[in-house]
Amino acid sequence: MAEFMAQGKNPEVLFWVGCAGSFDDRAKKITKAFARLLNNAGVEFAVLGTEEGCTGDPAKRAGNEFLFQMQAMMNIQVLNGYEIKKIVTTCPHCFNTIKNEYPELGGTYEVMHHTQFLKSLLKEGRLTVEGGKFKGKRITFHDPCYLGRANNEYEAPRELLQKLEVELIEMKRCKTRGLCCGAGGAQMFKEPEKGDKDINVERTEEALETKPEIIAAGCPFCNTMMTDGVKSKEKEDSIEVMDVAEMIANAKDL
Amino acid sequence: MQYIPNILFLVALILGVGYFTRNIRKVIRNIKLGQEVDSSDHKGQRWNNVVRIALGQSKMVVRPIAGFLHFIVYVGFIIINIEVLEIIIDGLFGTHRIFSSMGSLYGFLIGSFEILAVLVFVSVIVFWIRRNVQRLKRFMSPEMKGWPKNDGNFILYFEMVLMTLFLVMNATDVPFQDMNSGNVVSKHIAGWFNGTSEGTLHMIERIAWWLHFLGILIFLNYLYFSKHLHIILAFPNVYHGSVKPKGQFKNLESVTNEVKLMMDPNADPFAAPPEGAETPAKFGASDVMDLSRVQLLNAYTCTECGRCTSECPANQTGKKLSPRKIMMDTRDRLQEVSANIDKNGSFEPDGKQLLDDYITREELWACTTCNACVQACPVSIDPLSIIMDMRQYLVMEQSAAPSELNVTMTNIENNAAPWPFNQMDRANWINES
Repeated sequence: MAEFMAQGKNPEVLFWVGCAGSFDDRAKKITKAFARLLNNAGVEFAVLGTEEGCTGDPAKRAGNEFLFQMQAMMNIQVLNGYEIKKIVTTCPHCFNTIKNEYPELGGTYEVMHHTQFLKSLLKEGRLTVEGGKFKGKRITFHDPCYLGRANNEYEAPRELLQKLEVELIEMKRCKTRGLCCGAGGAQMFKEPEKGDKDINVERTEEALETKPEIIAAGCPFCNTMMTDGVKSKEKEDSIEVMDVAEMIANAKDL
Repeated sequence: MQYIPNILFLVALILGVGYFTRNIRKVIRNIKLGQEVDSSDHKGQRWNNVVRIALGQSKMVVRPIAGFLHFIVYVGFIIINIEVLEIIIDGLFGTHRIFSSMGSLYGFLIGSFEILAVLVFVSVIVFWIRRNVQRLKRFMSPEMKGWPKNDGNFILYFEMVLMTLFLVMNATDVPFQDMNSGNVVSKHIAGWFNGTSEGTLHMIERIAWWLHFLGILIFLNYLYFSKHLHIILAFPNVYHGSVKPKGQFKNLESVTNEVKLMMDPNADPFAAPPEGAETPAKFGASDVMDLSRVQLLNAYTCTECGRCTSECPANQTGKKLSPRKIMMDTRDRLQEVSANIDKNGSFEPDGKQLLDDYITREELWACTTCNACVQACPVSIDPLSIIMDMRQYLVMEQSAAPSELNVTMTNIENNAAPWPFNQMDRANWINES
């Protein structure tokens, strides 16, 4: 972003990579796939790079409002400093926090989840999505809580999957009644409380009932949880967990 | 002497409505123990929610069987109130079926009440079977043992008895049966009384009429002690419910002020608080008084249907957390505080609080903030907001987060990521292929 600023240019959109997308090896693949799609569609985008910091979502959901607001204020100063208007992110948690919780703290931007952004590129004709290798594959989509229930977006990822000409099979609990993967509310960073079962295993079992070849996700944390679940069921050789963006990039051989 | 029934009726009415009013005032007083909330925004959307969610029952039908049966009981409840109005006028003025002068319209009304009464009776039986024979999982949770279970059944018995009395009262009413208009159901019941003398019939009719009326008054007063207050509070509760995206959690203003001060290079770090400044607010909630008025209204509105708990991922995987229990605990503690105020004039600390004495930390930390409970509630109750407020208290007032979360938070503070990675490595992915 600093380079754009130095050249006196404004990017079309800022790609908010997020912590998982920056550091987690699995999530980095999603980041790269999405970046390739942006390049492919000719979108001039920037990233904050080392100037990006955690949005504060896990801190807030863990009850640490102080830390959340510190992170929020620092990010807002950077974003406002660069006069950012539009943000796209591959993480529903970053998406929700920046979109809903930053405005009151002085940071108002147009914020889109990457599936929404890809859908709009598709509509504008800048991006083409074809089935290719995914045509006819059995795929189930796991709704991320922070995209679905939290922000009422159930259709964008599904429309993209339809464009891939996959056979989309819904799990019993989907959309408004979708079951959480178990990572939200800072659970990602702690051991679960005592119980009969881990939530990600419960959700994976439900996904496996649809006999999918691929479990599609739209969140790096869901992706981790579902991948772990698939591993715990020893199905990692036959079932892949993929982000919708990865699937599209893959279909385009990017 | 002839006015004795009228006087008795008036006395019963005054006692019944009076005691109910007294308890409702108590509910209002207790709700006002909570923190003030401003719900004056989005008026259009709020009314829209009341019409759609509360009046229209839009979220009840997500579960079609329960939704349909509930709809019958709900419509029955609303419509049969017209009959109650007639009973009150008759009782006060000694008239008999004052509305019958409406002629065929009256027949139509009473006829539809009778059909509804039968439908309500059948629905209530099905509800009873679901709770006691089929034993649906959501009615069998640990928090449903004892009083909550009995309470649920008592309400069903009440409704069965009231509907029966209504039909018997119509069946034994000789002039009404002679009118032969609107007695669609009761004429069949009247057959059972063939051979009974008119005097006895009249007596049965009077007894049924009086019991029906007294039953309604008792039921009205039972509401305050039961989970059944939702028949009134669902409406204001939906109105005051959130109109924001579910993912938007509130930002604490008290924290914003502190953080702004901290980040202001011109702030004087040694400045004393200005004269007369309010003492800083407590962060988060450890007792009912720290919660908002909407959250306390939520607690009184909850009818313990358990849809929240049955959708909760933590509960489904055997964790202790049950969103319904969060609401029940909040109400139980609020009632305890209420009794304390009644006894002492104002609240005397009793060494107890909502946290630990009612809601354990294990429950609070099991939540994934997925909003399934909020989505599931047919009357816009938000158990998640209470969980979040209590987490805030644990973390910001007590520094009592689970140790792994403390590590996460330290990481965020030091290197702006929940993991111990170097901030300078954030953009490394760009050059990795």
